[in-house]
Amino acid sequence: MLVMKNIGKVFTTDVVQTHALREFNLNVSEGDFVAVTGTSGSGKTTFLNVAGLLETFDSGQYTLDGENIQGLNDKQRSQLRNEKIGFIFQSFNLIPDLNLFDNVDVPLRYRGFNAAERKSRIIQNLERVGLGKRIKHYPAQLSGGQQQRVAIARALAGTPRFLLADEPTGNLDSDMANSVMTLLQEINQSGTTIIMVTHDQALAKQAQRQIIVRDGKVCDASETAAHIQTQAEITPSV
Amino acid sequence: MPAKRLLIYKHKLKSHQVFNYYCRLALLSILGAKVHSILTMLTIALGIAACTITLTLVNSMSSNPIAHKSGQLFRVQLDNWDPNQAAISPDLPPEFVTWTDARNVVQARQAKRQSASAITWGMVNPAEQGLTPFLALMRVTSKDFFPMFDVPFLYGAGWDENAEQNNDYVVVLSKETNQRVFHGANSVGQTLTMLGATFTVVGVLNDWHLSPKFYDMSYGAFSDPEEMYLPLELKAVFELPHGGITSCWKAVESERYDAFMHSECTNFQLWVELDNPQQKSQFADYLTQYVQQQKSLGRFPRPLNNRLLNVAQWLEYKQVVKQDVQIMFWLSIMFLLVCLINAASLLSAKLHTKHSEIGLRRALGANFSQIVMQYSLEVVFIGLCGGLIGIILALVGLQGVASLYAGYGRLIELDIPIALSVILLAVMGTIIAGLVPVYTACRPVLATQLKQ
Repeated sequence: MLVMKNIGKVFTTDVVQTHALREFNLNVSEGDFVAVTGTSGSGKTTFLNVAGLLETFDSGQYTLDGENIQGLNDKQRSQLRNEKIGFIFQSFNLIPDLNLFDNVDVPLRYRGFNAAERKSRIIQNLERVGLGKRIKHYPAQLSGGQQQRVAIARALAGTPRFLLADEPTGNLDSDMANSVMTLLQEINQSGTTIIMVTHDQALAKQAQRQIIVRDGKVCDASETAAHIQTQAEITPSV
Repeated sequence: MPAKRLLIYKHKLKSHQVFNYYCRLALLSILGAKVHSILTMLTIALGIAACTITLTLVNSMSSNPIAHKSGQLFRVQLDNWDPNQAAISPDLPPEFVTWTDARNVVQARQAKRQSASAITWGMVNPAEQGLTPFLALMRVTSKDFFPMFDVPFLYGAGWDENAEQNNDYVVVLSKETNQRVFHGANSVGQTLTMLGATFTVVGVLNDWHLSPKFYDMSYGAFSDPEEMYLPLELKAVFELPHGGITSCWKAVESERYDAFMHSECTNFQLWVELDNPQQKSQFADYLTQYVQQQKSLGRFPRPLNNRLLNVAQWLEYKQVVKQDVQIMFWLSIMFLLVCLINAASLLSAKLHTKHSEIGLRRALGANFSQIVMQYSLEVVFIGLCGGLIGIILALVGLQGVASLYAGYGRLIELDIPIALSVILLAVMGTIIAGLVPVYTACRPVLATQLKQ
């Protein structure tokens, strides 16, 4: 469903070239819940950006839901993002001037749904994350956990095939983090494929599958197992 | 076919919904940053106001007030001047003609219409109307003056040929004079005591303020029209003073009024109306013959040098729009540009704070053109609001200019086409200037924007 073969991504400045991803290989099946971990600067966020079509890649082959990404123009990439991918960000990225209804409405507008369809999806998804009665509230009136729930509702509103989450609990306390994690698991159980970047081993363990990115590459299975063991020993659980 | 129509309808409906959505976002964004938006609008408004005021003045001063007949009305110049020195360097004839030539050409009736005229003044004594006497600015002219220059009448009309030939004491009043003497009532047929005689009112003009006053710029191109109009011959009958510009190259034989009238002094504007090039050519031939005939009588010592300039040529020759006014025009355009650049800077600063939102919208599925469209609409709104405020400021500014220069008050009226053109220019300028920051804001890597 999501297949990356030998993906390479290089960031170039006047003085230095940084290989953020090199020969990055990954195969994610439908319904998977994959946690991507790795040290800071290992390339996990770059991977997520490439996977979410927020950034281009320099080499390799990337197929998303059977569609070859290479060669797609901006409009096609935007459409694919809108229809197949939902994003959850560490800092929620809600628009402060819009209320919850309008925040969740954003991806649906670009999708071209009619008003009734949009309204139904917005209410349904806000209710799903437990905020159905606060549709007229603004982000500033909510707690961090609630804001992340709104972001999840927004990501789910367009019924995407993939949910890409970048440190979704990074800005939350442990209670809120657990509640968001529980919500993500429910979403995964209902059939949505989730790829979550996190540095939190305890959260990563809750995923069905865990991969480790090191120096822009996915570690092999044995390395991954060893790494998980090491991290588990040195990282207190949340 | 119905399926295709349904598809088109759906597409239109979708476009309509998208447009409404962008409009709503634009308004939210404007209201969300009120101070910034107002500052940007004011910057645009100031540029528009300054530009509109200047353009209105320049346009009023330079427009051809009788454009539809500009090619048919000709100023006649005859060179009766000093054989040793041209009237106007290097070799141009005088701008005015003598009484003799004015009368001769008008009475020859060689053009479709012809009128000689001059400014004069005299006492009006409206005792019957219970008013105190006043000195009125008058124009003596031929009957053709009114139809030639499309002079609008509120009541009555100009005098006829009989009145002209019989030297009837008839008068045409300006609207203001009629208001002053007859309180605006229809005064045609009423009598008015002036110049020591009783005149009959035959017509009252409607508002008529040619700008520039091309037919006689003796007192300036934007001077007020006269208060009364009398038949040309009455100038000699009442020995009315010589207003406007009088030029002589030869001493007048005596101090008698009659001597001046038969001298080589020029004081009369001579205009003719000619419908086509053929008529113009025939009239030019007539002028040549006339001058040759006068030469045989001992006049016109200089070589033949007749000129026929149409209204546009006459305005250009008289340099109605001075160079400093043209410089002012370009300065106002420059000022508008500076304002638009400033507005673009303000928009750029505002959009800089929107990078994160732009990145988010892109991540959620908006393509580049949708983002550009959304923010362009905001720029259009700001430009339009700036335009409207600018027009209000321009109206106030024009009022201010009018109060400063009372004599030019009637010139200073907002010219709607100019105002609309300036708004259009400003909105387009704002869009172009605003698109640069919009484009810049949309370009950066999405992932970077989302991290902000």
